[in-house]
Amino acid sequence: MIYVEDKNLVIPGQILADDDYYPGRGTFKENGKVCSSLIGLVSLRNKKIRVIPLKSKYVPKKGDVVIGKINDVRFSMWDVDINSPYSGILPAFEVFGRDKKELNKVYDVGDVLFLRVIDVDEVKKAKLGLKGRGLGKFKGGIIVDISPTKVPRLIGKKGSMINMIKNKTNCKIVVGQNGLVWVKGNEDMEQLTREIIHTIEAEAHTSGLTNKIKNKLCLAIDGELPVEETEEEFVLEKPKLQNFKEELEQEEREKAEAEKEMQAESEVEQDSEIETEEEADAEEDIEAEASEEKDTGDKPNFYDVIEELKKKSQSRKDKNLSYSDKSNNNSFILNNR
Amino acid sequence: MSEMIREDGRKYNELRPIKIEAGVLERADGSAYLEVGGNKILVAVYGPRESYIRRLLEPNTGVIRCRYNMAPFSVDDRKRPGPDRRSSEISKITADALRPALMLENYPRSMVDIYIEVIEAEGGTRCAGITAASVALVDAGVPMKDIVVGCAAGKVNDEVVLDLSEVEDKEGQADVPIAIMPRTGEITLLQSDGDLTEEEFQKAIDLAMEGCMKVSELQKEALMKKYSTE
Amino acid sequence: MDIVPEITRESITSLISNDKREDGRALDEYRDISIETDVISKAEGSARVKIGGTQVIVGIKPQLGSPFPDTPDLGVLMTNCEMLPMADPTFEPGPPGDDSIELARVVDRGIRESELVDLDKLCVEEGKHVWMLFIDLHIIDNCGNLFDAAELAVMAALKSTKLPTASVVDDEVVIDKENTFDLPINNEVAMCTFVKIGDKMVLDPTLSEQRVAKARLNVGVTKEGRICAMQKGGQQPLTKEDIFSAVNTAISKTKELVEYL
Repeated sequence: MIYVEDKNLVIPGQILADDDYYPGRGTFKENGKVCSSLIGLVSLRNKKIRVIPLKSKYVPKKGDVVIGKINDVRFSMWDVDINSPYSGILPAFEVFGRDKKELNKVYDVGDVLFLRVIDVDEVKKAKLGLKGRGLGKFKGGIIVDISPTKVPRLIGKKGSMINMIKNKTNCKIVVGQNGLVWVKGNEDMEQLTREIIHTIEAEAHTSGLTNKIKNKLCLAIDGELPVEETEEEFVLEKPKLQNFKEELEQEEREKAEAEKEMQAESEVEQDSEIETEEEADAEEDIEAEASEEKDTGDKPNFYDVIEELKKKSQSRKDKNLSYSDKSNNNSFILNNR
Repeated sequence: MSEMIREDGRKYNELRPIKIEAGVLERADGSAYLEVGGNKILVAVYGPRESYIRRLLEPNTGVIRCRYNMAPFSVDDRKRPGPDRRSSEISKITADALRPALMLENYPRSMVDIYIEVIEAEGGTRCAGITAASVALVDAGVPMKDIVVGCAAGKVNDEVVLDLSEVEDKEGQADVPIAIMPRTGEITLLQSDGDLTEEEFQKAIDLAMEGCMKVSELQKEALMKKYSTE
Repeated sequence: MDIVPEITRESITSLISNDKREDGRALDEYRDISIETDVISKAEGSARVKIGGTQVIVGIKPQLGSPFPDTPDLGVLMTNCEMLPMADPTFEPGPPGDDSIELARVVDRGIRESELVDLDKLCVEEGKHVWMLFIDLHIIDNCGNLFDAAELAVMAALKSTKLPTASVVDDEVVIDKENTFDLPINNEVAMCTFVKIGDKMVLDPTLSEQRVAKARLNVGVTKEGRICAMQKGGQQPLTKEDIFSAVNTAISKTKELVEYL
């Protein structure tokens, strides 16, 4: 006997089914009943019930890719904040083998890295590594943080959401499973992308989100809603640079990035293989949360480490960026007597 | 049970008006605001998070820490800021009342902090605090077996009544605050203060549990309201 | 202490140098502001103020006490601030720390030095009994710029304060809670807080701007545009020009802020 339907919003302690159903993640069995342990959405697969949480803290898992911040440099390792109740360590050995180097010359406090969880010990401390190209230190860009449970939604079915944002904003985007997202592009586009990501986070469980985001992007960037699928025309206009030195630096940066990306490109494939299991999981989440994108098929193009470098430096001057969503409606009312 | 009308016009089994709202603060991982009668309670939850207080941590599960605090302006005569014996006791029993519902096995060596701020007090703040704290815990995404809810019954003018107001608490003969896990009816908080016969005590528990069930529905509504999309 | 990621520091600094901000505001623009008064019925005066996500509640309670010997005919103001651990993951429970005390004192200075509370009307019996007003600031959500939110909240709460009448009968003070009078207020004051990022002064900093900045300036201004309190904070110096331009902005912004009261 089952008491809920797929995608129902449920709360902790709510009875979901009798014990002819199997308790999956986010549920527990007590006195012959399957109950929810979280606030979240029901996901039904045959006779297995899961609850996809609306909010949750990231707990490190072996094989995950995460974005972390160096919090401390120690004798033979770095302490890394991975946006979790559990901190990570990056052993010096993982970075330069048996060589002896000064750690803080390589990565210093405040640096932000893209890392892989190579192991998790019994107290959940995560051992991190940088093996695999595409992993490493971020230069420039911004960090956006979202609830880790919204990561699959941000990526979208087969990477549809994240790719759309990348194409439209010309930003490079890297998503860590711990809910941190790195975005790099034109300054205004970075800010627009931040806003878009937060919108996706806030409205992750609503339907028709991809279209909504598409409209929002088009409105902000082109100043109008998308008519149909047409080739985008780019107005090629260099942003005004303030002085020569800056211009030089920018060129240098772009060159360095280009190299890095060339490297990283060959890498994406490899990555997606390792991730298969997690993807399958994430895909389920996506399905549970977004029915409007019900095409099955390939695995989502997860953690797109980096995108090809095509029309990037020709970023356009800021059009009318709208920051309309800065409202916070945390209005609890203190009664006025 | 008589149809006695109480000082504020309520029936013996009637609650004061209640309002609950989930997710009212920006920074906290979870939060809730609750008004019952003249009480105004704000709760924030942080965690599960890493804690540097080593001696508090447990190797196999997460721990909770609770702080109940009254604002200096929450009562008629200004209260000196900071903890006192009463608030320390309430902090402790609140943590004990909530803990049985929490499933922190997946968060060993972590800590969940619950901060209950009484912005305005009008009798029954400990139960109100527990009720609001549970909503804030759900809002924070902490895994739980049930949503704990608190409510008090007591004795006023030799009658057992539900949810004492400040005046009734002062003038009444007994106050029995409880908290339960509504799905199973298990009791996670019980205090009794005053003079009761065994029969009156049983009556008080039954009445308080009835009250808890009603408040429980309002907790659920508040959460549904915050998170449903339709 | 929370470490600011290096790339966040760079991106915020770069935005500010282009006169832009993460939330799209101008450098001299406030976030949305809302003020509610009389939010606590048990307090004689109260207010809740939000600036963006920052939220502050203030309650004012009067108590009869003895005046200071050097001002026997004046009432007493006491400002206390609790940075509640609920407001920020880095705030710890416990007695007020340095930041909390600084906040309370700077806010207090704005109120005190503008002489907006008519303290001689708080005297019940010269040399013996005066009203002491306890202004308790509760910080409940910290999204940056607590100073300006706190000053607005205190100002709004003072304006809403009603005191019981007290009289001396046979050498004893009789308090009549039924008959109240409005706390006499004869001015309005607001505070404008700036942080210096790169070489720009930025008004109403968000939390991340605050963390990136190394210098802060609070400017308390009355509605007539007179400076009544200032405080420089943070480990970096400011230039005279920084300060003058901030003061100039503060004087014009104060006119906007007092409109909310």
